[in-house]
Amino acid sequence: MNKINFLKPDNQNLSTYLYSGSFLFFIAVFDVFLSSFFGMNITSFLPNFASFLLPLILGIIGLHLIRIEFSGIKNLDLLNKHINTNTFNAILTLLIIFTIIKSIPPIMSWFIIDANIAGDTKEACTGSGACWTYIKIWLNRFIYGMYPNELQWRINISFILLIALAFVGLIPSEKIKKFLTLYYVVIYPIIAFILIYYLISGGSLGLEWVETGAWGGLSLTFIVSFFCLIFCFPVGMFLALGRRSQLPTVRYISVGFIEFWRGVPLITVLFMSSVMFPMFLPEDFFMDKLVRVIIAISLFEAAYVAEVIRGGLQALPRGQYDAAKSLGMGYWKMHIFVILPQALKLVIPGIANTFLALVKDTPLIFVVGLLEIVGMLNLAKTNPEWLGFAMEGYVFAAIIFWIICYAMSKYSYNLELRYKTER
Amino acid sequence: MNFKIKKILPQIATLLAVVLVFGFFTFNAQVNMDNRGIEFGYGFLSQESSFDVQFSLIEYDGSHSYARAYLVGLLNTLLVAFIGIIFATIIGVVVGIARLSPNYLIERSAAFYVEFFRNIPLLLQIFFWYFAALRALPLPQDADAIFGVFFLTIKGLFIPRFIWENLDIFFYSLIAAIISIVVISNYAKKLQESEGKQLPVFSISVGLLTILPLLAFLIGGVSLSFEMPVLEQIATTSFKYNGGLGLPPELIALTLALALYTATFIAECVRAGIQGISKGQKEAAASIGLTPNQILKLVIMPQALRIIIPPTTNQYLNLTKNSSLAAAIAYPDLVLVFAGTALMQTGRAIEIVSITMLTYLSISLSISVLMNWYNKSIAIKEK
Repeated sequence: MNKINFLKPDNQNLSTYLYSGSFLFFIAVFDVFLSSFFGMNITSFLPNFASFLLPLILGIIGLHLIRIEFSGIKNLDLLNKHINTNTFNAILTLLIIFTIIKSIPPIMSWFIIDANIAGDTKEACTGSGACWTYIKIWLNRFIYGMYPNELQWRINISFILLIALAFVGLIPSEKIKKFLTLYYVVIYPIIAFILIYYLISGGSLGLEWVETGAWGGLSLTFIVSFFCLIFCFPVGMFLALGRRSQLPTVRYISVGFIEFWRGVPLITVLFMSSVMFPMFLPEDFFMDKLVRVIIAISLFEAAYVAEVIRGGLQALPRGQYDAAKSLGMGYWKMHIFVILPQALKLVIPGIANTFLALVKDTPLIFVVGLLEIVGMLNLAKTNPEWLGFAMEGYVFAAIIFWIICYAMSKYSYNLELRYKTER
Repeated sequence: MNFKIKKILPQIATLLAVVLVFGFFTFNAQVNMDNRGIEFGYGFLSQESSFDVQFSLIEYDGSHSYARAYLVGLLNTLLVAFIGIIFATIIGVVVGIARLSPNYLIERSAAFYVEFFRNIPLLLQIFFWYFAALRALPLPQDADAIFGVFFLTIKGLFIPRFIWENLDIFFYSLIAAIISIVVISNYAKKLQESEGKQLPVFSISVGLLTILPLLAFLIGGVSLSFEMPVLEQIATTSFKYNGGLGLPPELIALTLALALYTATFIAECVRAGIQGISKGQKEAAASIGLTPNQILKLVIMPQALRIIIPPTTNQYLNLTKNSSLAAAIAYPDLVLVFAGTALMQTGRAIEIVSITMLTYLSISLSISVLMNWYNKSIAIKEK
């Protein structure tokens, strides 16, 4: 029988080390599991302190024993390489595993087991967990704001049409493909504007007028981000071209404009649009709150888009400019047919990131009194009949925003990978 | 000739358009203000403000001027930004390094943290901490002391206040320590470049930073005592803390949200910076016999910092600008005190909004000027 040196596990007594090590490790995990899920403490005979630390110590010894170099077992080697390279890593690994086990029961009980969703009054929420009844009752308001219930089909139809029209680009017909850029840059925004102006806002064609103050919730988040994206893109493109222009006046004005918007927080821009901007307009001229907000956010984001596009313009090799010039193209011809198509393709991921920031900034419009989803939450929270459910509301909104933003960031990341390999 | 016109005409047209737009706005503003009987000017800044601010770093009450109120707001903004930057940097660096860990679980947890906090709007996070999480804290009378000295309650965090004697001597000792560290590290650099010897700069610095202030305590007559927060009953059910230093819950929620949110971006900067150093650098350093510590200190970090610092400063700037969201939870920062309350009272929209914007703009521009200067000074000088 070989001498077993417990300080340095080796290959010769593989099974001894492996079995004793994994036994200790599983005891440690099992102890934490029992105390977390069933409230049992199998080491209660020990003093408090020791009982608390025991799983960690057992786990460290267990992981130490199975840390065998070149064991020849593929899975064991992988395990050692990934979570068990040395004692420090073993401790961190154990802490993470224990934290996960410990945090599952309270989270599960708050979200599902002790939560309520039945009923439609506050009294239905008896459990100690979340009160999803609150979300269920207010869901309509969170999505449509104060928009009248019987008119909400107008928002639904507009959004369904817009989403459907956005997929026109997928039609694989050569005839249509030529006009796609024109369609997305000019026609689609116009259709969107017409839909929003005549269908959602109403006031003509026999449709009842709904003032913008009543718009709100998630649909307002989408409307604001959609229009800001459409408007900030061309403005940003011209600013980027201006910043790289050979003409000093144009360049300095562009630089000043970009640096100004990038240097101030969005909240002050919104303050400006709500209290300062009306002073700059003729007295009898009225501009809707929502329009002012969309202009303000568009100008703000345009400065960021400009910097992203400038990055794309700078990334193009000089040869492209020289080649276009040698063909006798002028400034505009060169940019429209040679430079911009290539540069814009390069910066799509960057634009997607800017748009992500834009979506995350929309809740700020509470400053001017427009209530999108976070604003509606704050309104619902102060309703005397539904006091005390702030947590549920914020968790709900966080989940929605997280899904939207995560999907977008993954999409932009994939685009980035694709363009990297294409180049 | 034709060529010249082609260059000058667009410039004149742009200039004309800008001047026209500005002229139109100024004209309208003039007409509007005349109609309302407001006169443009900054004289109101010296008037008595007659409103109170909950939390202020300098002495302030309603009898002070609007200019003083502006200063209170600015200092509160800088305070949030400062605390937020410190915590965001610590969390960001730790998470950024954790994302490069060979340990799969650590790498995944760090990635989870980044993806989780980055994709939720900051405003929502601030609301969550302020209205949901901090509201679950105990009332002052029920709070347990943390480590016997801190009290975390629904009314805020109460910590002992430092009471210094001869603070200036302590301060001088710190400055002396810092100056000597700079001198020694410069000398060490020269020594290494000329003779290849290395001084233990880090241990010398730590030693100086402890010994000199300690000397100040022992010889210079500096002494430090603590004033503990003490619970006091005002009415039968109403309690408050007296003494000590109270941090309002708005400040805690705001710094927490800002730090956790910005740390995700800093973590990505740190990760990109370390990943940006090619493997060959590490291998080359190892092949000339440097120890792993030396590799990190002399080869990896100087190069990685060159990549990390510019985007990280950008994030600091973002954090400072985002601190203006304080207005949403009524933390008295620049936007709330000046562009909120002061504007309501005076009605001077143009003056106040422009001052507020200029303040943020000058903070941003001065940091970016510093950044450009720094970038130039550390850029690789190729011949």
